[in-house]
Amino acid sequence: MFIFNGLKTFSKGGIHPEENKLSADQPIQILPLPGSVSIPISQHIGTPAVPVVERGEQVKTGQVIAKTGGFVSANIHASISGKIAKISDEMDSSGYRRMAIMIRADKEEQWLDGIDNSGKLITGIPYSRDEILQKILNGGIVGMGGATFPSHIKLNIPKGKKADVLIINGVECEPYLTADHRLMIEKPEELIVGIRILMIALGVDKAILGIENNKPDAIEKISSLAGKEKGIQVVPLKVQYPQGGEKQLIKALIDREVPSGKLPIDVGTVVHNVGTTYAVYEAVLKNKPLIERIVTVTGKSVKNPGNFLTRIGSPVNALIEAAGGLPENTGKVISGGPMMGKALNDLDIPVTKGTSGILILDEKEAHRKASKVCIRCTKCVQVCPMGLEPFYLQNMTMRGNFDEIEANRILDCIECGSCSYICPSNRELLDYIRLGKSTVTNLIRERQRV
Amino acid sequence: METKLLTVSHSPHIHQVQSIPRIMYDVVIALLPALIFSVYVFGLGALMVTLAAVLSSLFFEYVIAKYIIKRKPDILDGSAIITGILLAFNVPSNLPIWIVVIGSFVAIGIGKMSFGGLGNNPFNPALVGRVFLLISFPVQMTTWPVPFQDRMSFADTVTGATPLSIIKEGIKNGESMTSLMKQIPSYTEFLIGSQAGSLGEISAFLLILGFLYLVYRKVITWHIPVTIIATMFIFSGILWLGNPEQNMDPIFHILTGGAMLGAIYMATDYVTSPMSIRGMYIYSVGIGVITILIRVFGAYPEGVSFAILILNAFVPLINKYVKPISFGEKVKNG
Repeated sequence: MFIFNGLKTFSKGGIHPEENKLSADQPIQILPLPGSVSIPISQHIGTPAVPVVERGEQVKTGQVIAKTGGFVSANIHASISGKIAKISDEMDSSGYRRMAIMIRADKEEQWLDGIDNSGKLITGIPYSRDEILQKILNGGIVGMGGATFPSHIKLNIPKGKKADVLIINGVECEPYLTADHRLMIEKPEELIVGIRILMIALGVDKAILGIENNKPDAIEKISSLAGKEKGIQVVPLKVQYPQGGEKQLIKALIDREVPSGKLPIDVGTVVHNVGTTYAVYEAVLKNKPLIERIVTVTGKSVKNPGNFLTRIGSPVNALIEAAGGLPENTGKVISGGPMMGKALNDLDIPVTKGTSGILILDEKEAHRKASKVCIRCTKCVQVCPMGLEPFYLQNMTMRGNFDEIEANRILDCIECGSCSYICPSNRELLDYIRLGKSTVTNLIRERQRV
Repeated sequence: METKLLTVSHSPHIHQVQSIPRIMYDVVIALLPALIFSVYVFGLGALMVTLAAVLSSLFFEYVIAKYIIKRKPDILDGSAIITGILLAFNVPSNLPIWIVVIGSFVAIGIGKMSFGGLGNNPFNPALVGRVFLLISFPVQMTTWPVPFQDRMSFADTVTGATPLSIIKEGIKNGESMTSLMKQIPSYTEFLIGSQAGSLGEISAFLLILGFLYLVYRKVITWHIPVTIIATMFIFSGILWLGNPEQNMDPIFHILTGGAMLGAIYMATDYVTSPMSIRGMYIYSVGIGVITILIRVFGAYPEGVSFAILILNAFVPLINKYVKPISFGEKVKNG
């Protein structure tokens, strides 16, 4: 932990790009139901889910359409009611064709019985730890900050390990994105209940919610509510990217350093995003599975940047239309934030559980400057939040010296992009580091097989 | 809209504005006050030498890139301009122009382009040029014009010795420190810069002003300059406390002989300094210690240039063995 102007932050590296939170004051709007949705069976890290419906079948909103395909996996639910139009391989945000289930909407939406879709706040938690975990598993909840790791596994603590504090990630350090910000302003009561559910699931009596200081309204709102709760603490943080990185956030909030190659549980904590926390609240107390999420649609050229409550599987096009249409001079459309988001090559691809935002850059912003020679300015080393030497990792990857990059901890890289962002020579640092990482991962796998 | 092709590339999709030319021109801006002051103190000669050094550096860079290495010359990236200014800052303001041009050739041709140009040279190019001149033209390189004399003429100026050489000679001749102190300007004059010396090294104050600008613009960090000056201060302080009759006090050492120029503008050269903060400390302490060793025990009255070049040679070694401590590498929790 590092204290700056009385605000906590992480101690190693970091950058502060222009925040550009254009849609911070836009209330969450409900995106009109699309005529059809295309729901990929793999929206999470791990094994894809297995479809349990067939073409032509009638499904209701919230019904399971694909079940967990293994231990690290998540259920997939129908996000609208209607007829299964087809089950086929479709393009998703990865750029690959992967299996998706397409539902054509009914005239009148029909919800599955037992789902409470009202906005009524429920605060009593009558469930045991195991019941909560089962409901989270049933609800298909995954990490909604972007990593999409199935939440029930994170909460299922391995034998011999113990958590003593729950960390809630309300940092939203990516420029432009405001989905978590709006959620904290508009659903603070629900979030507090969600945090209490997660505390029970984890068996801890302490939770810390970290929010960056550029969201004073959210900090104030949640702090005043948390003040009445036992064991929930809200901590404002200095604005610094990548503070939303799990390891950076743990360091900033409780000053523990997750050892290389280990998980947060190894230092006694588990981190969940506020979006996930809200989804957990809905899954546990309202029986509502993860079928919608808040997506920020933003960009300097966008007519009406906003935050939209969007059904999973809705096409990105529909979101862009809702924000005023695709600007003439669009150069790049990004799923996620500008630092870690994925550039899309097709706007028909569906919104998934991990889609936090759609960012539109104009032709000028989309243009990547030509790479020049490394002048050894050390800026990449100084900003790396993992304390690595990006220039060296790039260089050694280019030369194919994979033993050297493995010894220099390339696998610790969190791909935050700070090095490429800061490089005055516009070098393709992260591009090569990604190549190096995947090569080293494959080499290690091969070594283990032998 | 259907036919519109979108750009697809890896993240990150935004980039900061600082580019190589912006960094280089920031350095030039930081050096300008000292240059203007030097013209004020030494007259036209200072301007002529600086112009000659800059123009000939640009010329050699262009010609070598285009006709020998055969690649697109990029002389406006600012790096050759800095090499030229720094070379000029390290020579007397009455140095004959042809010697300046030889210096530029050695700096750019041998010091920089022979290793592949920007980013590849192991030694600071301006210092390579300077040391080459010092060894090849010892008389011209140590004939210092006296400040505020003959400012409009160029060739035959009144000359005098630098404070460091006055002290060095004096001690060799067995003069007492108290009598020597009377022959050199006061420390306030060192700070302002009205003593004899190389073109750009005289005003410690203006050089420090440039340092603050560079730190503010995030071009350099404080680590290297502050560590070098602190090391020089502590090491010369120890020697001074041990024998005040034979050694000058630490304030004298940090204000004279290009200590500030070297620490702020030459040792911080990106290409030839270490990549990690811990490496920078080792490098800077080395420069500070060797500078004082040369000044006190060596043959030359001043040693910053040699010290930086010597430590430049150690940089690859430092980079290999001194790595930053990565996150989660050495963990002490609780």
